[in-house]
Amino acid sequence: MVIGADNVSLTFQTNDGPVHALKDVNLTVERGEFVSFIGPSGCGKTTFLRAIAALEHPTGGTLSVNGMTPDEARRARAYGYVFQAAGLYPWRTIAGNIRLPLEIMGYSKSEMDERVKNVLELVELSGFGKKYPWQLSGGMQQRASIARALAFDADILLMDEPFGALDEIVRDRLNEELLSLWARTGKTIGFVTHSIPEAVYLSTKIVVMSPRPGRITDVIESPLPKERPLDIRDTPEFIEVAHRVRDGLRAGHGDEL
Amino acid sequence: MTDTPVSGAGGGIGRTARASWVARALSGGLLPVVTVVIAILAIWYVAVVPMNIKEVLTQQERAGAEIVPPSAAERRDAGRWGLVFNNFDLIGPSWSMERARLPAPHQVAQELWASTWDEEVNGRRGIVRSGTLSNRSLIYHGGVTLGATVVGFLIGAALGVALAVGIVYSRVMDLSVMPWAIISQTIPIVALAPMIIVVLYSVGLSGLVAKAVISAYLSFFPVVVGMVKGLRSPDQMQMDLLHTYNATPAQQFWRLRLPSSVPYLFASLKIGIAASLVGAIVGELPVQRGGLGARMLGGSYYGQTEQIWAALFAAAVLAAGLVWLIGWIERRTLRAMGAPT
Repeated sequence: MVIGADNVSLTFQTNDGPVHALKDVNLTVERGEFVSFIGPSGCGKTTFLRAIAALEHPTGGTLSVNGMTPDEARRARAYGYVFQAAGLYPWRTIAGNIRLPLEIMGYSKSEMDERVKNVLELVELSGFGKKYPWQLSGGMQQRASIARALAFDADILLMDEPFGALDEIVRDRLNEELLSLWARTGKTIGFVTHSIPEAVYLSTKIVVMSPRPGRITDVIESPLPKERPLDIRDTPEFIEVAHRVRDGLRAGHGDEL
Repeated sequence: MTDTPVSGAGGGIGRTARASWVARALSGGLLPVVTVVIAILAIWYVAVVPMNIKEVLTQQERAGAEIVPPSAAERRDAGRWGLVFNNFDLIGPSWSMERARLPAPHQVAQELWASTWDEEVNGRRGIVRSGTLSNRSLIYHGGVTLGATVVGFLIGAALGVALAVGIVYSRVMDLSVMPWAIISQTIPIVALAPMIIVVLYSVGLSGLVAKAVISAYLSFFPVVVGMVKGLRSPDQMQMDLLHTYNATPAQQFWRLRLPSSVPYLFASLKIGIAASLVGAIVGELPVQRGGLGARMLGGSYYGQTEQIWAALFAAAVLAAGLVWLIGWIERRTLRAMGAPT
C-alpha cells in the first residue's frame, strides 16, 4: 500500500464558518496504480491530493504515504508534484528548471546533468534544455514541469489538473505520452481532473467525488487493458466505464440536480 | 508627414543619405523629445520678457528712453505683461541682461560652457594649466556631488535591501519597521538635513560622509518598498513547489524570492539614485564646501542666476546619467536572466 486514507476529514475555518472540504474519506492506493480523482469543483479532489503531499493537513482520521505520515514522506521526498500551471522559473532555462529540485536536494553536478538528460528524453524535450520557458508552447512547458517532478525519481507522482489549461489536441497527445511514461517508469500516479474521458482513458482506478461535504461516492476499478491506444475511447468497455463515472457524479449531486 | 521638413532641412548634396539618417532618428523616438525641447525653449524665451521687464525698463530709462508709465513708483506696482505691451519696442535687452531674474537659455548655455570646458581647458585654475580640476568648474562640483551621491546610494540601497529581507522574513520587523520608514519620509529633508549635518559634525563626521548619510536617508525608502513587494511576488504555487522539495528558507530565498525581486529592485534603484542625488545637493546647501548644491546657493547669494541654472542643468544631466546607468545594468542583468531580447 502506497497511500492509505482512513476516515480522513479536513475542515477549513473561514469567516463564513467551517467548510468541510473532506469528510470520512477512505481509500487505498497500491504500488504502480494510476488513480484519478474526478468530481465537480468544491468536491475536495485537489484538497485530498494536497493532503497527500502535506500541503494541507487533515483535521481528522489518518493518512499514510509510503507507510509514513504525509509530512515525513514530503521530507523524504517521496513524491513529485505537478501543478495546474507549469510554474517554470522564467530566469532559468528548461534544463535549469529541471535542475532546481536536484540542486535543492544536493545532487552532484554530473548526476544532475545525467538526470536532466534522461528526463528530458522521457518527456520528449531533448534538445530544448537550453531554451527559456517563454520560447516553448504551453504543452511543452507542462511537459518540462512533469520532467522537473520526475527528475529526482520519487515513487509517487501527484498531478493536479496538469493539462487543464491546454487545448484538447495537445491534451490527447500528452495523455498518450503520460500513459507510456507511466508504463516505462512504473510510478504510482495520483491525477486530479474534471474530464471524464481523461480519467477513464488514463486510470486503473477512478475515484468519483462529490461536494458539500467533500466525499468519495464511488471507486471504479477500470477493466480496460494496460495497453491503451487513443481509439480505445470508442470501445463499449470504455463507454460503460464513462457511464458509471457519470452516474457516480450525478448520484453525488443528489437533490441538487 | 514628418518627411516634409526633413527633406527641406537636408536638402542639397547627400540629401537621400541624410534624410534617411534623420528619418531613422525620428522613428527611434527622437521626434517627440525634440518637439518637447523646442516647446520648452519657446516658452522659456517668451517668459524671459515679462520676468525681466522691470530691470530692462530701468536700464532703458538710464539710457534715455521714454518709458510708459514714466515714474519708477508707478512701474513697481504695474503688471508685468502691461509693461511689456506698453513698451514693446524697448524689450530688446531682455535676452542679454546681466544678473537677469530669468536668464535666457543661450545665457545659461554660455555659462555652462564657460564653467565646464572653458574653465578647465583655458582657465588659469583648469586641469590643463594646473593639473587639477578648477574649483570654479561644474565638473569639479559635479564630481563632489557625484561622490556623495554614489556613496549614499550604495549605503541606502544596501540598507533598503536588508530591511526588506527583514520585513519579509520577520513578522516583528514587518509590524515595526514599515511605519517608521514611512514616517521618516514625511519629514521635509530640507528641515532635517542641517540637523543631520550638525549632529554628525559633533561626532566628528563631516564632508562626504555627512552628505552621503542624507542621500542614504532618501534613497533607502524606495528600495525597501520595491524590494518588499519583489520578495513577496512569488505566488503560492511557487512557494508550494519548493515546499514539496523540502527546501530550506535559505534555498527559498536565493532560488526563488531573490530572482523574482530583480525587476522590482531595479525599478526602485532608479528612483533611489535620483533621490540620492537630491539628498547630496540638499546636504551641500548648509555647508558651502563645494558641490552642485553649494554652487546653487552661492549663485543665489550673489544674484548669479545663470550660475544657479547651470548648476541645475548639471544636476539634471548627472541624474539622467545615473538613471541611465542603472537602466543599462538592469538590461544586462535581465538579459542574463533569460528575458526576451
